Amino acid sequence: MSDLSDLYQEVILDHNRRPRNFRALERATHHAEGYNPLCGDRLDLFLEIDGDVIADVGFQGSGCAISKASASLMTDSVKGRPIAAARALFERFHRMVTTPPDQEVEDLGKLSVLAGVREFPVRVKCASLAWHTLKAALDRTETTTTE
Amino acid sequence: MTPVAARASGFDVARVRADFPILDERVHGKPLVYLDSANTSQKPRSVIDAMDDYYRHSNANIHRATHLLSERATALYEGTRAKATAFINAPDSHSIVFTKGTTDGINLVAQSYGRSTLKAGDEVLISWLEHHSNIVPWQLVCEQTGAALRVVPINEAGEIDLDAFRSMLSRRTKIVAIGHVSNALGTINPVREMTAQARAAGAVVLVDGAQAIPHLPVDVQALDCDFYAFSSHKMFGPTGVGVLYGRRSLLEAMPPYQGGGDMIASVTFEKTSYNAVPYKFEAGTPNIGGVVGFGAAIDYLMAIDREAALIHEDDVLDYAAAGVRNIPGARIVGEAARKTAVLSFVLDGVHPHDAGTILDREGVAVRTGQHCAQPVMDRYGITATIRASLAIYNTREDIDALLRALDRVRLVFQ
Repeated sequence: MSDLSDLYQEVILDHNRRPRNFRALERATHHAEGYNPLCGDRLDLFLEIDGDVIADVGFQGSGCAISKASASLMTDSVKGRPIAAARALFERFHRMVTTPPDQEVEDLGKLSVLAGVREFPVRVKCASLAWHTLKAALDRTETTTTE
Repeated sequence: MTPVAARASGFDVARVRADFPILDERVHGKPLVYLDSANTSQKPRSVIDAMDDYYRHSNANIHRATHLLSERATALYEGTRAKATAFINAPDSHSIVFTKGTTDGINLVAQSYGRSTLKAGDEVLISWLEHHSNIVPWQLVCEQTGAALRVVPINEAGEIDLDAFRSMLSRRTKIVAIGHVSNALGTINPVREMTAQARAAGAVVLVDGAQAIPHLPVDVQALDCDFYAFSSHKMFGPTGVGVLYGRRSLLEAMPPYQGGGDMIASVTFEKTSYNAVPYKFEAGTPNIGGVVGFGAAIDYLMAIDREAALIHEDDVLDYAAAGVRNIPGARIVGEAARKTAVLSFVLDGVHPHDAGTILDREGVAVRTGQHCAQPVMDRYGITATIRASLAIYNTREDIDALLRALDRVRLVFQ
């Protein structure tokens, strides 16, 4: 069962139990909603952009352990960083989870715990939901809070 | 079920299992435990062989050519229609329309019957239990016609509120569309009683039989419904084939759903006249090979003691429900007094999708998610369930494997 424990590593279970930045931002400048109709995962992502920097980030919603942990890890890794760096990280993360499992992937530090989803093709969407929602939020020029 | 009880009920599950080659399959190195038959059922050897034999020896287009293969193909295709007629006790084979499946059948009724008869002020009545395929086609036709869609509530057990149903029926109710068995919860709805009340109110009644057809004997004349839609693939036949039973007088009055070959009597650019029912609704070359396999599936079901099979399925379902109830933090969703073949449940602190992945690695195939029934999930304030669903080939041993695998889920998430 080594592959199952690759997927459900302690870090992931911990972020699932105690998701970081799990809150709505009162002063959000950007917001996007992520939805995976396959499993019903929903994610509300809030960004506070200050100039070129993601000053604060928070999320709420319900989902499986993989999507929740991925959202938690994503918020930790983009908080306080330039938008351009966050966008680049999106690309690197996306490459990591979509590379076939028999090939080497770049070490993305803490985010590398999610490389295990490659063994579980139907779960890749769970891991990438938060990142796609981040991209959607960044791509919006106006504040979107009407959803 | 003990071996003694199995003998007493006259149902030999070991023999049934031997008819389904895929049950010998191993997944992730474990024996397959297939508990996803409400999604699609597995296929017996006789169905697989019938389709193989058709493509090897009889493949041709139907109703068109004078050569021998076309005669064979036509005889097989129409032979399945005769079998389907007997299977649901339809009054005659002209009331049996071949479709792509239940969804296609419901869309046919919505777009042909519904669109040509509904108008603003009319109402279409469905229940809170419906599969999306018995919701969205009615939403579409209501938008097109100005009719209103009304939804009968369900109680906490997952049963349709029959008092509400009666009070919502009125002269405005033109169509009542209800599932025979809920795909998400397994509730058996009292469709015979509901049909009588709806028809007394002047409504036309469609029953979505997708989940009932592999389990319950269906007699459309006894039900007295106007339409009954079901799918081959839920009852051990191939995908992409289904039946819409329709009351013949209604089918004859309804406009065609799609135009094309085989559905016409004569075509000129000025005027086209349509073929008789059911051909009026079967435009284009159909899934002939699938219909042939479907015929073999009907033969398969008609050859077994269905009453004994149902007793067996109920025993396995009760055993599963008792086992899941014993799991700390587990909650069964949908505790209707009358249920068949479906056990939906949630586990405290574990998302169904995670459970599904772990169960899969143990060889246990279930469905996790909203089961194309988002309103049902919303009704219970959840986003998803784990759904174990049964067919005639499942056993108490399958449930033991499910319960062992659920133990593993708990180990991972404790």
